[in-house]
Amino acid sequence: MTIDDVRQHRDWANDLDHADPEYNRNAPEVWEHLRESGCPVAHSDLYGGMWAPVTHELVKEVAYDTDHFSSQGVIVSNARPIIEAPVGPAPPITSDPPFHQIARRLLLPPFAPKQIDPWEKEIRTLCRGLLDEMGEIDEGTTIIDAAVQYAQHIPVNVIARMIGLPTTDDELFRGFVHAVLEAVDLPAEERIAAIEPLAEYLDAKVAEHQANPRDNLLDYLLNVEIEGNKLSSEHVRGSVLLLLIAGIDTTWSAIGSSLWHLGTHADDLARLVAEPDLMPFAIEEFLRAYAPVTMARLVKEDYDFHGCPMKANDWVLLPFPAANRDPEEFEDANEVILDRKENRHSAFGLGIHRCLGSNLARLELRVAVEEFIARFPSFELAGDMTWSVGQVRGPRVMPFRVLKVNPAHTGS
Amino acid sequence: MRVKLDSEKCQGHNRCYALAPELFDVDDYGTAVLLIDGEIPSELEDKARLAVANCPEYAITIDED
Ligand code: HEM
Ligand code: SF4
Repeated sequence: MTIDDVRQHRDWANDLDHADPEYNRNAPEVWEHLRESGCPVAHSDLYGGMWAPVTHELVKEVAYDTDHFSSQGVIVSNARPIIEAPVGPAPPITSDPPFHQIARRLLLPPFAPKQIDPWEKEIRTLCRGLLDEMGEIDEGTTIIDAAVQYAQHIPVNVIARMIGLPTTDDELFRGFVHAVLEAVDLPAEERIAAIEPLAEYLDAKVAEHQANPRDNLLDYLLNVEIEGNKLSSEHVRGSVLLLLIAGIDTTWSAIGSSLWHLGTHADDLARLVAEPDLMPFAIEEFLRAYAPVTMARLVKEDYDFHGCPMKANDWVLLPFPAANRDPEEFEDANEVILDRKENRHSAFGLGIHRCLGSNLARLELRVAVEEFIARFPSFELAGDMTWSVGQVRGPRVMPFRVLKVNPAHTGS
Repeated sequence: MRVKLDSEKCQGHNRCYALAPELFDVDDYGTAVLLIDGEIPSELEDKARLAVANCPEYAITIDED
């Protein structure tokens, strides 16, 4: 769609729907259109009332303002969460201060850089294995799907191993993620029912690990204490559920979008292959330009936000991806500049809820891109791609024609 | 040049640690720790500026002079 088609498609300023498939397909154009039309906060009557600031400044203001905005609900839907703040159903992402800090501190140590870095080798082996599984590749002819055959498998395998869940259940986990993140337009009862099997599955796993202790993240959670007390089973289940949901399609989307950029910008691909030192900067630039995650908040009490009459229990979308394309915060915001030196992007959020998994996500993303372009130094998009629908944005179907295979990069 | 880190603002994005490990370490919770309290060697000035330019929470500042 051209930006004109995007304008025509719906009244984005007054009837925004992030679950309209055209939203993710044309997100940068939607944000640009909203900013140009002088509407930094879009609105919609859908989902029981929803607002969406699209500038860096306003997104940051909402993210920092835990007095007026609650994290009790972070995925916009027709349902409102069942457990009251400050705990929320999946601590710490759905928790508000002061409990948030307690739940978060428990999870910080296993995700700190020095704990995460040692996973690099295992992730690299996993990526190479996936490339090997693509089988015989004929340069210029073979078409592979970089989303289906590659990106989607990496995070689910890594997080399942960390938590201590069977990697053979990966299909199951992706199905759950869909139930939680993508099926937002279902009526409230159906959505709650859709999530039920995941809760039951995890309860069974928690019980298994209680009976048979092992040495992974789930066991760490079962043993860790807050002021001398172990966590309740619900808390442990909620945290595992969160790690599973938060770590999977977010990272898969980031890997997919980065490869999509390279598959549609041959010059950038050639440059990255030739100048591997650019990688750390390129990864941050992909995260900025294609930030996959939009969060949400619930308005606590009626509140006038820069002239917007927000009502208690209205949703506020937090489109960090839009903030990252704000020309007031970033020079040439819509350009992807592989060696951008000034880059305070907020792909991992801002304020107290900063992505707990950001060190792991960055590692997975870097290794996944490095291995892919090491094996395939030249490739191009070869057909229609499909974007996800909902608050996590990334390619779900992405056919690439492989133009060059590096014979030296084979085997695990 | 001196570097300042506002621990209240730091949320542990770890950009500083990745870009300027000579100036920043991380603790067990992934929060930044400033390594040089006082005048920094001139060869690290560019790295200090890079850290400032990439901290999403604006937690790092520098005193030129
Ligand atoms: C590129 C991949 C990822 C992106 C873009 C991303 C993005 C985000 C964002 C924007 C938030 C802020 C939530 C808010 O403000 O309400 C967040 C929180 C969180 N993320 Fe991620 N995430 C990614 C990968 C991961 C991974 C791999 C994990 C774990 C294995 C993870 C675990 C979490 C957790 C636990 C929180 C909640 C932190 C809190 O509330 O204190 N994320 N993530
Ligand atoms: S980049 Fe900023 S927020 Fe991140 S660890 Fe360093 S000082 Fe803290």
